[in-house]
Amino acid sequence: MTDATVSLAAPIDVPAVGCTEHTIEIVSDAGEGAQKCGQIFGAVSAKMGNGVWTVEIIPAEIQPPPRVPDGASGYRIRIGEGPITNWGDATNLAVAFNEQVLLARHRLGALAPDAILLIEDKWAADDDADVRAAWDAAMVELAACNYRIVPVPMEAECLAVVDNPRKGKNMFALGMLAWIYQRDMDRVRDQIAYAFRKKSETIFEQNITLLKLGYDWAADHLDFRIEVVPAPITEALVVMNGNEALGLGAIASGMELCAMYPITPATSVSHYLGEVFERFGGIVHQAEDEIAAAGVAIGASYAGKVAFTITSGPGFALKTEFLGLASMIEVPLVLIDVQRGGPSTGLPTKVEQSDLLAALFGQPGDAPHVIIAPATIEECFHVMIAARRIAETFRTVVMVLSDANLATGVTPFRRPVPDAQWQAAPLDLAPVPSGQRAYDWNPVTGLSRRVIPGQAGGMHTVTGLSHDEGSKVAYSSGVHQRGSAMRSRKLAVLQSLLVAPTVYGDGDGDLLVVGWGSTKGAIEEAVDRARQAGHRVSSLHLRFLSPLEPGLKQIFRRFQKVFTVEINYSDEPDDPFITDENRRRGQLSLLLRNATLVDVDCWTRVPGEPLRPGAILDAIRARLPGGGAP
Amino acid sequence: MTAACGLLPVLDQEEDTPSYEMSDYEGARARWCPGCGDHSVLTAVQRLLAAEQLKPEQTVFVSGIGCSSRFPHYLSTYGFHGIHGRALPVATGIRLHRPDLRVFVVMGDGDCTSIGAGHWVHAMRYNLDMVVMLLDNAIYGLTKNQTSPTTPQGFRSNTQPHGSWLPALNPLSVALGVTNASFVAQTAEWVPSHLYATLRAAYAHRGLGFVRILQRCPMYSSAVYQAAVQDPARIGLLVHDDGVVVPDLEKVYTTQVAHDPHDLDAARRLAGVTDRIHLGVLFRDPSRPRYEEIRRVAPRTAEERLVELNLELDRYAV
Ligand SMILES: Cc1ncc(C[n+]2csc(CCOP(=O)(O)OP(=O)(O)O)c2C)c(N)n1
Ligand SMILES: [Mg+2]
Repeated sequence: MTDATVSLAAPIDVPAVGCTEHTIEIVSDAGEGAQKCGQIFGAVSAKMGNGVWTVEIIPAEIQPPPRVPDGASGYRIRIGEGPITNWGDATNLAVAFNEQVLLARHRLGALAPDAILLIEDKWAADDDADVRAAWDAAMVELAACNYRIVPVPMEAECLAVVDNPRKGKNMFALGMLAWIYQRDMDRVRDQIAYAFRKKSETIFEQNITLLKLGYDWAADHLDFRIEVVPAPITEALVVMNGNEALGLGAIASGMELCAMYPITPATSVSHYLGEVFERFGGIVHQAEDEIAAAGVAIGASYAGKVAFTITSGPGFALKTEFLGLASMIEVPLVLIDVQRGGPSTGLPTKVEQSDLLAALFGQPGDAPHVIIAPATIEECFHVMIAARRIAETFRTVVMVLSDANLATGVTPFRRPVPDAQWQAAPLDLAPVPSGQRAYDWNPVTGLSRRVIPGQAGGMHTVTGLSHDEGSKVAYSSGVHQRGSAMRSRKLAVLQSLLVAPTVYGDGDGDLLVVGWGSTKGAIEEAVDRARQAGHRVSSLHLRFLSPLEPGLKQIFRRFQKVFTVEINYSDEPDDPFITDENRRRGQLSLLLRNATLVDVDCWTRVPGEPLRPGAILDAIRARLPGGGAP
Repeated sequence: MTAACGLLPVLDQEEDTPSYEMSDYEGARARWCPGCGDHSVLTAVQRLLAAEQLKPEQTVFVSGIGCSSRFPHYLSTYGFHGIHGRALPVATGIRLHRPDLRVFVVMGDGDCTSIGAGHWVHAMRYNLDMVVMLLDNAIYGLTKNQTSPTTPQGFRSNTQPHGSWLPALNPLSVALGVTNASFVAQTAEWVPSHLYATLRAAYAHRGLGFVRILQRCPMYSSAVYQAAVQDPARIGLLVHDDGVVVPDLEKVYTTQVAHDPHDLDAARRLAGVTDRIHLGVLFRDPSRPRYEEIRRVAPRTAEERLVELNLELDRYAV
């Protein structure tokens, strides 16, 4: 592949503008490879030592028609000199394969007012008069902002190498970006090799040629470069998305069975596991539906090691009855819900945090269980180890609430150092000591030892009917009261083992922002900005939602106001008909009001995209004395 | 009585020392109505367990919800009395994770052919090694007399007091229609020797042994099977060396139908016959792939996992 090697001979005489961070996006029609280009750029940046956060830009339809704003598909990468914890506010540099998809981004407010836009310019001279007119109209609309528009003859250039430039200009775009941001070309080449590992050597070499073409074109034609200095990498890091982290975490926890039914955005956990799980002695069972998936996981857990099931909103709803059963028979189970917009089919590919109350209260009857929400991609890995262990120790259902933002976001994090202790112990089929019953509830803690099939002397029938310590069906009120208390008590015991959460910022002040799940990075960035402006604002991020982490009331008391920031729907106080009594509030705020009796306010949005730190900052300002004027 | 050759390799198994009597498999006192056909099935199953000398701790009975699903409580094995219609997924999870356990599934007709019909179809196709019993009383017993998919057309119930609106669903035809089904049999609880021999054949079969058991409900649907109970001529025994052979039974059930259980087309034709009830093995093909074997993976120790995990993390290393 010598002749395909990228030459770095091009004169580098364009001085680079230094930035502490920059946000780049590549947008195209679906199927033009913008995502692959962005993924490679993001991975290379992470490996060079930049902080990175990536977000997929996904059209609603699988095959939208070409050149329509709704069809915008792509990838956004925010890179920084230091760690990057969220997708930021707006894009500083965009590469677009047509002007229509760029318009969509412009209309969404996704582009910074002074963004640099590199646009495929072949449409300006298209044979079709309608296309030319659309181009002209778009240029007029974009001209309203202070964008710097750079037309690029991407396909025309690529034609020198490939017959169908539509398939290949993503590598040309990658070459341009590599030049602009001075990416390490050896790493770019390695990453291309990895990304196309299932394709032929010819394809690889063609891609390298296209990469070089883009790189050289940029060197010859562009008069700007941007430098976001990578930090020297001092500790071992890994870079992956949240769903891969969940899958790897499940492996590290020693679980061996994942039962699921395909549903976006949860499915890619099983895509990942499907590839590697068997090497770890595990299997992914694709069940006939989500109910069956829950049943299979429960059956496996009942018979031995804790199993898990993965789903998203609609599938979660279907599992409800089985979750109640697992709670009743105290079978340990881990359920991952990768949240998306709802109700119903909702926004299948977009982030939302609106399953919290359904997760907590969705099972008819009293079915106490644990809910944990990882806040970062790193936590997606570690949460699985905690979840498995808690499920086992407390004989309970543990729900892990992730979301589409974590699922598809990619960021580097400290490489976990796997520990054999994280894994479930091998099955112990020793005979059950005589006198031990199916649920020997400790009357104080509600905890009991599990008995599994294969253990001599432990035979009993588990039942979803109300039962006593011996699993004997009992309808008497005393038994049901006691069983309910024992299953509930376990949560209080778990809470007693948790430490009070740490406030981000000062421990007292005018305003406390409380969040959960994937919004952590954006909330803390907004808090940083507010504090830099002199405001007395702090934040608190909860991982345990059931039981809630201890000490919240004391923390809240030290702030004038407390409000939650969440990606779920709530009424605005000044909307028509809305009163303080009928206002439907953010889901976490409801739980916090109940647990602390503090008048916790909320600011929630359901934009179908992650929250922007700038928008959170506005919400913070609006709640500060004097409207948060600096 | 001897059951058929070939089907019962377990008989040659070495005897393990503690030997179990039928009574060793008794659990709580059965609380079905007097005259309920479920009692007879329970006895046949206990007989089977004793004949096979199954260790109670190695045996799991999984059921859904219904009168028939109370079954596991009345045994001394492990039992899983779960939720309505969902016994099969639970049993699937148990088998996938613990192939060392012997798994039996007990379902009612509502359980299996209505709310759990999806799981039923797919379980037949997965063809896990377990015995699946459909206790078909053609009515919802536990919830007191509602029409089930197998209720005969015109038969009155509380939910369809003018008689069931539609022709009954035929569980045998459905089961035989599923790709990769490997064992489909029918028996009746009022012919205990046939019931027992059929369950043994299903147990001996490697793969999912589906047995529809015609079962009387004295409270709500005794009329459904009354004619067949009173008039053995309405019953045809399927006979074949590789099916269920119960000596002496032909003295009562004089209609014998020679049927090779490997002939799927013939099985489907027999399943569709409406003027006679056929008892016996309709279909059996032990060569069908079993999902649990296809999916079996080598177990890993914690240390082996750590090694692999570090390799996997290397793949993601920055
Ligand atoms: C999800 C759900 N729906 C409905 C019920 C009520 N229910 C309990 S048993 C049953 C039907 C029982 O009939 P069948 O399965 O034929 O069993 P049988 O009692 O006749 O043995 C129904 C509808 C339930 N327990 N759960
Ligand atoms: Mg019934």
